[in-house]
Amino acid sequence: MRRGNVYLLIFILALFGFALWSIVPLDKSVFGREGLRLGLDLAGGSYLVYQANVSDIEPENRDEIMEGVKGVIERRINALGITEATVQIQKQEGEYNIVIQIPGVADIEKAKEMVGLFTVLEFREQDSEGNWVPATGTVTVNGEEKELVLSSRYFKENTYVTVSQTTAETLLIFEMDETGAKLFKQISTRLIGKQLAIFLGDDPLRGEDGHIIAPRVNDVIEDKGQIEGLSLVDAQELSLVLNAGRIDVPLGSWADGEFEPSIPLYERTVSATLGRDSIQKSILAAVIGIVLLLVFMLVYYRLPGLVACLSLGIYGVVLLAIFKLVPVTLTLPGVAGFILSLGMAVDANVLIFERTKEELRGGRSLGAAVEAGFNRAWTAIRDSNITTFIACLILFWLGGELGALMVRGFAVTLFIGVALSMFTAITVTRTFLRLIIGSQVVTNLAAYGVPAQTVRNTK
Amino acid sequence: MIDFVGRKRWFFLISEIFVIMGIVALVISQIQIKSPLQLGIDFTGGTSMILQFSPIDSHEVSWHDFQGQLRQEMAALGYDKARIQDAGEGNFIIYTREITSAEASELAEELGTELDSQVEIIDYYLVSGTVAGETARNALIAVIIAAVAMLFYIVWAFRRMPSPFRWGTCAIIALIHDVFIIIGIFSILGWLAGVAIDALFITGLLAVVGYSINNTVVVFDRIRENVSRHIKPDFSEIVNDSLIETLGRCLNTALTTLFVLLALFLFGGATIHYFVLVLLLGVIIGTYSSICISSQFLVVWERKEWRALLPFAKRVG
Repeated sequence: MRRGNVYLLIFILALFGFALWSIVPLDKSVFGREGLRLGLDLAGGSYLVYQANVSDIEPENRDEIMEGVKGVIERRINALGITEATVQIQKQEGEYNIVIQIPGVADIEKAKEMVGLFTVLEFREQDSEGNWVPATGTVTVNGEEKELVLSSRYFKENTYVTVSQTTAETLLIFEMDETGAKLFKQISTRLIGKQLAIFLGDDPLRGEDGHIIAPRVNDVIEDKGQIEGLSLVDAQELSLVLNAGRIDVPLGSWADGEFEPSIPLYERTVSATLGRDSIQKSILAAVIGIVLLLVFMLVYYRLPGLVACLSLGIYGVVLLAIFKLVPVTLTLPGVAGFILSLGMAVDANVLIFERTKEELRGGRSLGAAVEAGFNRAWTAIRDSNITTFIACLILFWLGGELGALMVRGFAVTLFIGVALSMFTAITVTRTFLRLIIGSQVVTNLAAYGVPAQTVRNTK
Repeated sequence: MIDFVGRKRWFFLISEIFVIMGIVALVISQIQIKSPLQLGIDFTGGTSMILQFSPIDSHEVSWHDFQGQLRQEMAALGYDKARIQDAGEGNFIIYTREITSAEASELAEELGTELDSQVEIIDYYLVSGTVAGETARNALIAVIIAAVAMLFYIVWAFRRMPSPFRWGTCAIIALIHDVFIIIGIFSILGWLAGVAIDALFITGLLAVVGYSINNTVVVFDRIRENVSRHIKPDFSEIVNDSLIETLGRCLNTALTTLFVLLALFLFGGATIHYFVLVLLLGVIIGTYSSICISSQFLVVWERKEWRALLPFAKRVG
């Protein structure tokens, strides 16, 4: 028994032990990771992709503003109690896509409503007939006199909610920019004792009790002000919306050169029922497939088959640990990628064993045959798996372009699976076989699938 | 000893029949449904959803009859162009034009009332028409890039052989053969059973591309090794020996992969059913083509026996 093999064996066992420890039980927290991260088709949940209409924004400001948009959408969705949602911005050929993933069951209609809220809010006053009309004022901006509508555009991005220490009332505190201060002064002077409602498009904002939010103007407001009398929830919501509504970035999708607000590019919602069902079916399929595979390996390849089974076991455990610790989001196609990679992991072993059998039939000693089997099979394993890697890379690119998570899930699991399979076949299987042969426990060639009479020139 | 190389005309004939059947299928499909393949919403835009029905009177429900009723109700509600696919266990996949999730819920509710059944949308998927066209273009680009990348890779891997480009071309011919037959089969499934191709179909196809080349490379690798050992002078004999030597490996790998894929195909559920079918077909056809097409093509090219490609042509010499 060579020393190198022993070290390798210790390394493999340590790796296996660590991997096993980290995934048993699966929901144990290891490096802050708990359980496997499941994609929406397994866990249930929603996936939304919107295009942002940035045509009104100067190109150089777009990146920064989109970051702001992202932050606001995150806060809005979180405000609905959906805490695990992720919001990403994908920039492609000058277009900005907002990708929103909401795991688990959620009120998706409400979430979409919140995402669609991304417009400037307008303040409106009541005319003599009780209709809400935009509250306007005339102010001088850069030496030019303009008639402007009071809107969230002129609020500074530091609106916040606090509770009054004296009256214990909820207060919404805001500051106005220069133009806003002039505008608000004019309007508030005119409207003392009257109400100002806040409109999003043609719809007034409503509180949780369904009433229109329309605070009464008590004082002249210039650069600073506060709104009283809101419930805590309403105040928080309003502060979010005011902070977000400083710039108009409609979300929706382009269709034939027209921008359709609030219609997503992609939307997918999978119920938790279907997700659970898919998990059960995948597990059943994987177990049946793997059992068949192991039985076949054992029957056909005997002792090396057993070694391959052990090395596949290690492969499976390490792969699960990688999925958990990286973490890799598992989707249904991802499971298929995993299963396909299992087939390919076997392939590397099969290549080696077939080669070894040939060498044995050619009359080589066991040790020499195994070494030759590994060395000769290596070029084929390497060359053939590289083609799979190329395919995976292209798929990964395509997955990003498609905006389809599922394609990437498959590419990632297949890539990791095949890479790891090369490692297990070359390192694990070889070390085990060397150790068995070195210890001379099993010397009968039949155990290696080569009956004595088929050996070409017996010594 | 099996004489693979000697039977190459038969192999070519079989493949040619399949390829011609594929072309016929594409043409028929073009006539029948105005498209060579039934395109899914990833490429056309639209909505697909899985509705789960649990009829209130659940005794003796014939899902086939139910599907008929469903189709009628959908038409009555103005969705006469919708395609409906039975996904088993009371689940039906519906493909229709772009409708919002709110409209979908409304539709489901109405269907539930009309068909006297509880109904739940367990999967809702909307793709806007805008991106769909782009998706189709990108998918095509991806397949072409994959083929070219594989060609360059093989040319590089076999750079020490005389005319490495020939090896690459033969591998690519087998690859196109595999992809084409799968497309043909899905074309038939498209107009017979309404099976639509989607982004996952392309994914499966690219995985097949990887697998097919993978298999071919293993066989070529052995031919390369045997050529450089100069055991036999005749190239076709070397190829035949190499095929026999790698046969065990090729079949066993295909078998082990088929075991797991078959389990996934039979028990894995409707969502990835046809994706797994692409992979299954890919493994079978990819294995066949690496033994019976790419290597044989190599021999044909080496010996300039182009007539072997023609069915029923007279044998030369």
